[in-house]
Amino acid sequence: MSFSWAKAYEPKHPFMRWLDERLPLPRIVYGATGPGYPVPRNLNYFWNFGVLAGIFLTIQIVTGIVLAMHYYATTDGAFNSVNQLIMRDVNAGWLLRYAHMNGASFFFIVTYIHIFRGLYYGSYKAPRELVWMLGLVIYLLMMATAFMGYVLPWGQMSYWGAQVITGFFSAFPLVGEPIRIWLLGGYAPDQAALTRFFSLHYLLPFVIAAVVILHIWALHIPGSGNPTGVDVKDERDTLPFHPFYTAKDGWFAAAFLLVYAIVTFFAPNYLGHPDNYIPANPLATPAEIVPEWYFWPFYAILRSFTFDFILPAKLWGVLAMFASILLLFFLPWLDKSPVRSGSYRPLFKRFFWLLVIDVILLGWAGGGAPTPLRNAIGQICAAYYFLHFLVILPIVSALETPLPLPNSISESVLHGEAEEAAPIGQTKRRGGSVATAIAE
Amino acid sequence: MRFILGFIGAVFALVLTISLISGLSTYFSSPPAPLASEEFHLKPKPLHLASDGPFGKFDKQQLQRGFQVYSEVCSACHSMKLVSFRDLKGLGYNDAEIKKIASDWKVQAPSLNPDTGEPATRKPLPSDTFPPPYPNEIAARAANNNALPPDLSLITKAREGGAAYVYSLLTGFQNQPPELLKKFPEAKTPPNLHYNPYFANLNIAMPPPLTTNGQVTYADGTPATVDQMAKDVAAFLVWTAEPNLENRHAAGLAVSVFLLVAAILGYLAYQNIWHEAKRQVRVTGALDPENQAKSRRAKAKQGVAG
Repeated sequence: MSFSWAKAYEPKHPFMRWLDERLPLPRIVYGATGPGYPVPRNLNYFWNFGVLAGIFLTIQIVTGIVLAMHYYATTDGAFNSVNQLIMRDVNAGWLLRYAHMNGASFFFIVTYIHIFRGLYYGSYKAPRELVWMLGLVIYLLMMATAFMGYVLPWGQMSYWGAQVITGFFSAFPLVGEPIRIWLLGGYAPDQAALTRFFSLHYLLPFVIAAVVILHIWALHIPGSGNPTGVDVKDERDTLPFHPFYTAKDGWFAAAFLLVYAIVTFFAPNYLGHPDNYIPANPLATPAEIVPEWYFWPFYAILRSFTFDFILPAKLWGVLAMFASILLLFFLPWLDKSPVRSGSYRPLFKRFFWLLVIDVILLGWAGGGAPTPLRNAIGQICAAYYFLHFLVILPIVSALETPLPLPNSISESVLHGEAEEAAPIGQTKRRGGSVATAIAE
Repeated sequence: MRFILGFIGAVFALVLTISLISGLSTYFSSPPAPLASEEFHLKPKPLHLASDGPFGKFDKQQLQRGFQVYSEVCSACHSMKLVSFRDLKGLGYNDAEIKKIASDWKVQAPSLNPDTGEPATRKPLPSDTFPPPYPNEIAARAANNNALPPDLSLITKAREGGAAYVYSLLTGFQNQPPELLKKFPEAKTPPNLHYNPYFANLNIAMPPPLTTNGQVTYADGTPATVDQMAKDVAAFLVWTAEPNLENRHAAGLAVSVFLLVAAILGYLAYQNIWHEAKRQVRVTGALDPENQAKSRRAKAKQGVAG
C-alpha cells in the first residue's frame, strides 16, 4: 500500500484470479498482513503488542459468545448462572469463564504496553496522529466494555462498582442526576441496568473490532514506525510482513500466551477481588470498593480531589479523570519535537520513565482502601500526570537538543554488526560513493 | 491551544496541591485515632493442603472428613446452595452412597403436593442442591441474633486468604487479650458476639463451632481434634468453591507444555527466517563492510595503526 516496492498480489490459481476480479479480499489481506506490506526491518519486541492485542480481542469475543449462551441476565439468576451453571455444570465452562476473566486483564496488559510503546517512540506524531487517536477510541471502548462486563456476574463488586461509576455522572450539577437515572434505567443498579449492560457488553467488542480495522488502515498509509523514528527511505529499510514479522509475532505470541495460560490455569482469581464471589447485596456496602486493577490509576485520580475548591471535590475528581484520558488526544500537538523516538531525546527519556513510575504509583494509590499515605502519594502523582503531559512535555520539546539520528534504518541495524555480516552479500546494493571515495 | 491546555494542567495540579495540603494538615492536626481492629487483627495462619500449588490434587479422604464436619456441624446454620448431592462423586462416593446421603439429609427439599398443589417437602434426590437450613434470610437472621450465616459454597474464594482464613477463623476463638482492653476499653466484645482476631472487626456473631476434640467421629478413624476438623472442613470448602480444580491443573499443564513447545519451535523458525534477512541487509557509506575493509587496507598501506 504504502511503498512503491511493496509486492503486488498475483493470484496463481484460476479460482483466486476469478475471485480477485470480483471480490479482492485476498488482495487486501495480502497487502495488509502478507508479503505485500513492507515493514521497517528494525522493529523490537515492543512492536509485537499490537498483534497480541488483536489476539486477545479475538479470545474475548470467542469465549464471550459461548459464555453468553449460558448466562442469565437477571438479578436473580446472574450470579448463579456464572458460579453454579457455568463454573460447575457447563462442559469446560470453568475454562471459558476463567479464560474470559483473565483475558480481559491480559488484553489491558498488552494494550498498556502498546500505548507506552507509542508514548516512548513518538508513534502519535505526524503522519500517524489518526492512528494514535483511533487507538485511544479503542481504549475508551475497551474501558466501557470491561466495566460493563464486570457488572454481569452480579457480585458485590459488580454491583457497587456500577453504583460508584454511574455515580460519576451525578457530580455534574443539574443534568447529572437525570443522566445517571437515564443510564441506569432506575435510581440504583437493578434489572434494567443489568440487561442493558449485557446488551452493550455484547455489542461493543464488535464496535472495537470495527475501529481496529480503521486503526490498521490508518497505520498502513504511512506504514509502521520504528525504534529509530527515522522514515523508511528505500527497500533496504524494510522487510515484507510475511514471513518475517509473522514469524516474529508467531513465536512471541506463543510465549506470551504461555504467561496468560499459567495465570488462567494456576492462579485464575489472583487478579480479581474476593468480594465478587459474594452475591450482590444493595443493603451491604463492601468494606472497600475498588475497581479492577486496570482502572486503579484513574480511580486514584478520581479520589485525589478531596478539597472543595470553588467546585465540589467530587466534580473536580470526575473532570480530572475524564481529562486524564482526553488529553492524550492532544498529544500530537503537545509534543512538538520533530524527533519521534525517545532514544534520541535525552531529556524526554528521563521524563518518560518518570511518567511510567508515576502511573505505577497511581495504580498502587488507587488499588486499596484510602490511607493518609495512599492519598498523599496519589495526589502528588496525579498532579505530576497532568503536569507531565500539559506543561512539561511542551517545554521539553521546545528546549531539548536531540542526539544525532542515524541516516537510515538499515544503517542503524548493522551498526556494530558490520563484521559479522561482512563475508556474505547475496543481494548487495552499493551506494555511499562519498565514503568509498574517502576510503580510497 | 497549548497555552489553554497548559493552563488546565496547572489548575488541576493546583487543586491537587490544595487537596494534599489540606489532607496533610488534617492528618497532623488531628491524627486518626488508632483502631483495635487495625492493631489486633491477625493475618491467617499458614495452611498447607494437598490441593495447593500448580500440581495440587484433592486428598479425597480429607474431603470426606471435611464433608462429615460440614454435615454434622456447619450445616446446622450454613447453606451450600450451589452444590448438588450428585457433585459428591468428586469426593469418591458412589451413586448408591450419594443417594443415601441425599435421602438421609436432615432438611427436606421443597416440592408441591401432587394432589393438591400445595407447598410440601420431600426427601432430597442426588440431582438436588443441598437444601438450606433456613427457608429464607429472615428466618436465618431470626434464629441467629440478627446475624446471617453466609452460604459456604464459594466461601474460600469469597474471603481474602481463602482456606487458610477459614481454618484460622475456626481455630481462632479466644478470650480478649487484656492489653487490648487496657488500650481500647470501649472495644470490649459485646454480648452475643465472640472475640476472634482473624475476623476483620475482631468480633464475630458465630459462636465457636468446633469446641471439643472428638466432636465428630470420623469414619476413617482419624483422631478428630479441633485442629484436624478445622483443616478438613477448610479443605472441603476449597473443593465446594472449585470442584474442577484437578481438571484445571491437568489441563493447565498440558496447555503450558503445548505453548512452550510451540514457542520454542516458533522461535527456531523465526531464527531461520531472519537469518536470511540479516544476510540480505547491506549498508551504505562508511559502515559498509567493504568500505571498512578498503579503509583498513588504505590505512595499513600508509602505516597508520588500527
